[in-house]
Amino acid sequence: MANKLISEMGLPKSIANVFSARNILTAKDALSLSEFELMELMDVGLEEVMAAVGHISEISCPPYQTALSLLEQRNHNEYLAGHLPTGLKGLDAALCGGIPFGVVTELVGPAGIGKTQFCLKLALLASLPTCHGGLGGRVIYIDVESKFSSRRIIEMGLSSFPEIFNMEGMAQQMAGRILVLQPASLSEFTESLQKIKVSLLQHDVKLLIIDSMTALASGEYGQGPPKLGWHISFIKSLAECCRIPVVVTNQVRSQVRDGASRYVFQGHIRADTLEDTSKVEYHLVAALGIHWAHAVSIRLVLESRSGKRLIKIAKSSISPSLGFFFRIDASGISFLNNEGEEMTGPEANSIHCQGHSGIINYDREALQ
Amino acid sequence: MDVSSLPISASQRGKLISAGYASLSSISSLSPSRLALDLKISENEAVEILKVASGRSGGQDKIESGSCAIVNGAQTAWDMLHEEEYSKCITTSCSNLDEILGGGIHCKEVTEIGGVPGIGKTQLGIQLAVNVQIPADYGGLGGKAVYIDTEGSFMVERVLQIAEACAQDMLEYNALLQRDSQACLVDTQPKSFLDNIFYFRVCTYTEQIAVINYLEKFLSEHTDVKVVIVDSITFHFRQDFEDMALRTRLLSGMALKLMKLAKKFNLAVVLLNQVTTKFKEGSFQLTLALGDSWAHAATNRIILYWNGNERHAFIDKSPSLPSASSPYTVTGRGIRNSTSNCKRVKLM
Repeated sequence: MANKLISEMGLPKSIANVFSARNILTAKDALSLSEFELMELMDVGLEEVMAAVGHISEISCPPYQTALSLLEQRNHNEYLAGHLPTGLKGLDAALCGGIPFGVVTELVGPAGIGKTQFCLKLALLASLPTCHGGLGGRVIYIDVESKFSSRRIIEMGLSSFPEIFNMEGMAQQMAGRILVLQPASLSEFTESLQKIKVSLLQHDVKLLIIDSMTALASGEYGQGPPKLGWHISFIKSLAECCRIPVVVTNQVRSQVRDGASRYVFQGHIRADTLEDTSKVEYHLVAALGIHWAHAVSIRLVLESRSGKRLIKIAKSSISPSLGFFFRIDASGISFLNNEGEEMTGPEANSIHCQGHSGIINYDREALQ
Repeated sequence: MDVSSLPISASQRGKLISAGYASLSSISSLSPSRLALDLKISENEAVEILKVASGRSGGQDKIESGSCAIVNGAQTAWDMLHEEEYSKCITTSCSNLDEILGGGIHCKEVTEIGGVPGIGKTQLGIQLAVNVQIPADYGGLGGKAVYIDTEGSFMVERVLQIAEACAQDMLEYNALLQRDSQACLVDTQPKSFLDNIFYFRVCTYTEQIAVINYLEKFLSEHTDVKVVIVDSITFHFRQDFEDMALRTRLLSGMALKLMKLAKKFNLAVVLLNQVTTKFKEGSFQLTLALGDSWAHAATNRIILYWNGNERHAFIDKSPSLPSASSPYTVTGRGIRNSTSNCKRVKLM
C-alpha cells in the first residue's frame, strides 16, 4: 500500500494537482517528508498540508483487526488452525500443533546434526494427503547445498507411512509434489524467490523450505558481512501473504566466548575473564548474526550433548524452552521421549557439540 | 520575532517580506484589508495570516491571574505532580519489575524496551496489551490496546493463553476478597480481552508512518485505548535503508508524534527495539539498534538481558527512576516474578 498513487486517493483536485506537479506521486514520497518540508515544496498553507497528510495516511494505513477476529479467522479458515504437525508429539504440543503457518521457523545446528533430515521429513509430511495428517499440497524445496535426496524421502515414507507408500504409484505422486530448486548464487536465489511468489499462490504450495540460508550469504561475499536485509523481509512477507510455513536452516560458526554478548552496563563482570587470555575459549553460535535472529519467529537449535542429539526450542513466543533428545532412523527423526526437558536461561540458545563425531558414525552404521 | 518563523506558505512569506513586513510586530497592528491591499492578496488570506501571526505573539503580552498563564500552555511543576499522582500505571504482572518501574509502565510516557532475540520482548508487549484491560475494580485501567506489529511475530494463541491466565487471576482475587463475583464476572471472559486489542499489521516503513499519523484520528474515535505498542519500531528501518539521514529524520518525526499522542490521549506508548553489536573500546558490545540519536527519543529505556540463567530488566534511562535491575521470568501464563529458588512446575 506504500506505493499507492496520491492522485487516486480522492484528495481535493487542487491539492492533488500540486502533489503531482512537485513529483510527489506515491504515499511513500509524501510520508517521507515532514509537514514543513511539504509546505515549502508545495507552497500551500499548514492546514492544507496537515489535512492532506492525514488523508494520505488514513488511506495507506492497513486496516485493523481485533485479536479476537484474527483468532476466529485462523481457526475457521485454516486447516489444523494453521499448523503443520511434525509428527513428533512433544514438539507439536509445545508449538500448539506444529510448525505455524505465516512465520519463519529456523533450524540451527552443526554440520551433520540432522537439519536436512528434519527438512526432508517436513517436506514429506506436507505432501501427504490430509487424511494421513499431511497438508496435501506441493512443497518448494530450495536446496542450496545440494543435499536433497529423493531416495531418503522415499525411504522415510516407506518406513513411516508404509500403508501409503506401498500403494501402487503413491510414492511417485508424493515425490512428484516436491519441487526442488538448486540456485548456484545469491543473485540466482534472489531471482527464484521473486518468481516463487506467484506460483506459491497459484499452485497450492503448502510449505517452503530453504536449506540453507547461510551457504549463499557466505559463499558470495567471502569476508564481508552478508547483506540479507531484503531477503529477510521478503521471506517473511512470503510466509505471511501466502499463509504457509517457511522453514529455513542456518549453519554455525565458532566465536570467542563472551565476545559481543554483553551490554556496557554489564561491563564489570568482564574484568576477571580478561586475565587469562592464553586460554581463549571458543563456542558455537548461529552463522547469521543477531539481525537475522531477530527476524525469525521460531528458532529450533539442534545439538549434540554427551553423545546424544538434542533439539531445543530456543526462541518461540508460544512455548517455553524445552529440549528433546532425538535420533535419526529410517523413518526420519524420532524422539527418545516426548516429555521434554526444560532449558533454563541462555542455555537454550547455546549450541553444544560434545561427542559429535561419535554419533554421526554410529548412525551411519545403524542405517546401513 | 521574525516573519520567516511563521507556519505560512512560502509564497505568502515572500510577499510579506517584499512588502517590508519582516517582523511580527510590524504586522500585529495592521487591519486585514490593509494587509490584503499591500500584499495584493484576498482579504480572507490576509485574515489567515494575521490569525497565525497573533497566535504566535499572543500570550506574551497578556498576563492572567492564576499560576500557569504566564506562558501560554505551560503547567507548573506542582500541578504536574498532582496530575502524576492520579495517573495510573499498567502492571507488568511481575511485581519485582513493577517495583523498579515505580508501579508499572506509566501513561503519558514513551517507554522503549529492547533485548536480544528470544528474551521476551513480544511476550512483554502482549502482556501489557492484556493487562491494560484489567478493570478499575482490580486496580487496573480498564482500557483497550493498539498493537502495531511490524515483524509478524504476534501470536494469537499466545494472547489467548495470557488472557486466560489473567482472567483466572482476577477470579482468584475475587475469591480472596470474598466479593460478590457476579457483578465483576461480566468482563472477565478471555475472549473479551482479545476483542479489545486492535491489531495493525504493518508491512513497510511507509505504512508504519501512515499508521502513526492515522492513530490521532483513530484514538479520538476510540478514547478508551490506554496503550499503544509498536513491535518493533526497528524492523523496517533496519532493512535496506541507504539514506541514514532520512532514517534519522523519519524516526525522530515518528517519536515526536508518538510523544504527542501519549500526552494528548493520556496513554502509554511502548516501543520494542532490537539489539545490534557495536565496536567500542576495543571489543564488541551489545547495544539497542537505531543509533545514538534515536537513544534520545524515548522517555524511558529498559533493556532486557540474560544475567546468568535469569532474565533481568535494567532501567537504562529514565528521568524519574533510579537505574536498577530486577529479575523476571516468562512462564506459560505470561510474565511473572522470578522463582529461581523453587523449581517451577513443568508445563507439559
